Formats: sequence, C-alpha cells, structure tokens
Amino acid sequence: MKIGVVTFPGSLDDGDARRAARIAGAESIVLWHADPNLHGVDAVVLPGGFSYGDYLRCGAIARFAPVMSTIVEAARVGLPVLGICNGFQVLCEAHLLPGALARNAHLHFRNRDQRLRIGSTASPWLRDYADGQEVVIPVKNGEGRYVADEATLDMLEAEGRIVARYVGENPNGSMREIAAIRNEAGNVVGIMPHPEHAVDALTGPSVDGIGFFTSIIKAAVALRPASLTGARA
Amino acid sequence: MARVVVDVMLKPEILDPQGQAVANALPGLGLDGVTSVRIGKHIEIEFADGSADDTLERAHAIADRLLANPVIEDFTIRADDLEGADR
Repeated sequence: MKIGVVTFPGSLDDGDARRAARIAGAESIVLWHADPNLHGVDAVVLPGGFSYGDYLRCGAIARFAPVMSTIVEAARVGLPVLGICNGFQVLCEAHLLPGALARNAHLHFRNRDQRLRIGSTASPWLRDYADGQEVVIPVKNGEGRYVADEATLDMLEAEGRIVARYVGENPNGSMREIAAIRNEAGNVVGIMPHPEHAVDALTGPSVDGIGFFTSIIKAAVALRPASLTGARA
Repeated sequence: MARVVVDVMLKPEILDPQGQAVANALPGLGLDGVTSVRIGKHIEIEFADGSADDTLERAHAIADRLLANPVIEDFTIRADDLEGADR
C-alpha cells in the first residue's frame, strides 16, 4: 500500500504526513509538484503549508501544478485524496470540493488542540472512526474559515458530506462549524485540522489522527483485486 | 502594449474581517463617520500586443480562472487606454 504525499514549494507538513503514513503501516512516496507522474500510489495526501507562498489566494496557484492535473483526473475516477489544511484549500480551488476557505473571522492565526465530532464515515479515509465519535486533532491556520452559499451548505448536510465539525469554540468562524467535508463519492476529503500531527503520543495531543491513514490502508487492500493482493503478500 | 486592470472584491455577503479591522481602527485615529470598509485586490496586467477585444478576452480568462475565486469573489475588468474597448 503506497501513500503519495505531494510536496509543493512552501509545503510544511509533507514530512509529517509521510511519517504518519509510515506509522500507520503504509509505504510513503514523495510526489513532486512539477512531476505529473503519480508513481503508482494507491492514495494521495495534499499536505499543509503555504504552497507557492499562498500568493493570490491559498491554494490558487498550487491548483495549476503539473501534479494536480493528474490528481484531479484520477480523483474523478476514484483515487483517494486527502487534503489537509493547505491541501483542503487546494482541493476547493481545484473544484474537487465545494466552497472555499477564507481568512479567519477573528484575523488571528489559531494554533491549538481542537475537539472535533466525526459526522460522516462514508469514505475510505474514515473506516476506523464511528459516526458521532469525538477526537482531538491540532488545528493551525490563518485562513481556515469554511464558506459556501446556503444551498451548498444545505446540500452537504442533506447528503451527509460534513465529515467533521468543531466542538466547543469555533476556531476560525467556519460556517456551520465545518472542519472537514467530502465529495459525493467519498474518495476526496478535505480537513482543516491536522490528523498527521496526532499520530504519536510523543509529538501530538492524541493519536486520534492515525485513523485517516489506517482507514485508507484497509480500504486499499479491500479494493485491490485478490490476485494482486496474493502476489504482493 | 496594452494595460488591463482587474479589481477583485469579496462578494458582499462574505464577511471581510480585514475591512472590519481597518474600520474599527479609524475612530482611534480620530476619523469618524465611516460605516464600512471592504478590502479587495487591484491587479494590473500588461499585454505585449493584440486587439482590444482579444486583450479583454484574455484578461477575462485570467481573472475568471486564476485571479478571482467565483465562490467568494467578484471581479471587474477595466481597459481605459485600449482603442475600441467596450467596457
């Protein structure tokens, strides 16, 4: 099981995302923004950071990176993609997810351990969570306020596509306390907090984030044809 | 050479905390009577050549695909010095 993590110029959390993939038991593969080849990965993580300096808008320029055109195409036919923080912004800019992430309502960069409630597990990234489960995962963003028009928000709620909501204080003013959403098929998830920072008791507030990575490993094994699984075992 | 100006503004219904912060700072400067401040981006694009229509069309494509995010922003395009410009 190979999880590819994209490195854009200005990515910060690509190293932590690769480490999380390894801790979960996957092989982690470095994907480079200028290389359109996905090198046979089974899933892709778009990591946090400030891709291309976040000039113009967060994620606006990263969306046009050569690797993104391949990822957008592959995601439309089922490749699992997880966008974390800046990666979530890139997914919205690439129109793989609806809405946008705007400047935090209080203007402060917010960096803290955040309680979330999982709202949908209908995604290969969420198999190891339960509906309604509360988790603690660090949030660290300056532009994490999820916004969309009312019709889109109603649609996300009606279709059960709100993957996680903030519990307690809303750290950035996100509409309807949205911390994470998924696409219709469930293979694309965007999350503003950082599950890759909550995979090891030594370095995180919990190990609640490892579930995203263990989930996708299980899903990939389940999806792989039996002959292939046998050949690789 | 032709110059086109693109102004990008947050849609009216989208909260603009930057604008609010500026508005809230004004009374401290003794500048009263301001009811609202909204902050956007002013972008100047220079083209090497092309007809006015062609230039505006290209500027529109640039604004629509990259400069503005239509989910949260509106844009206007201005090309004062283009001959035959119709907007």
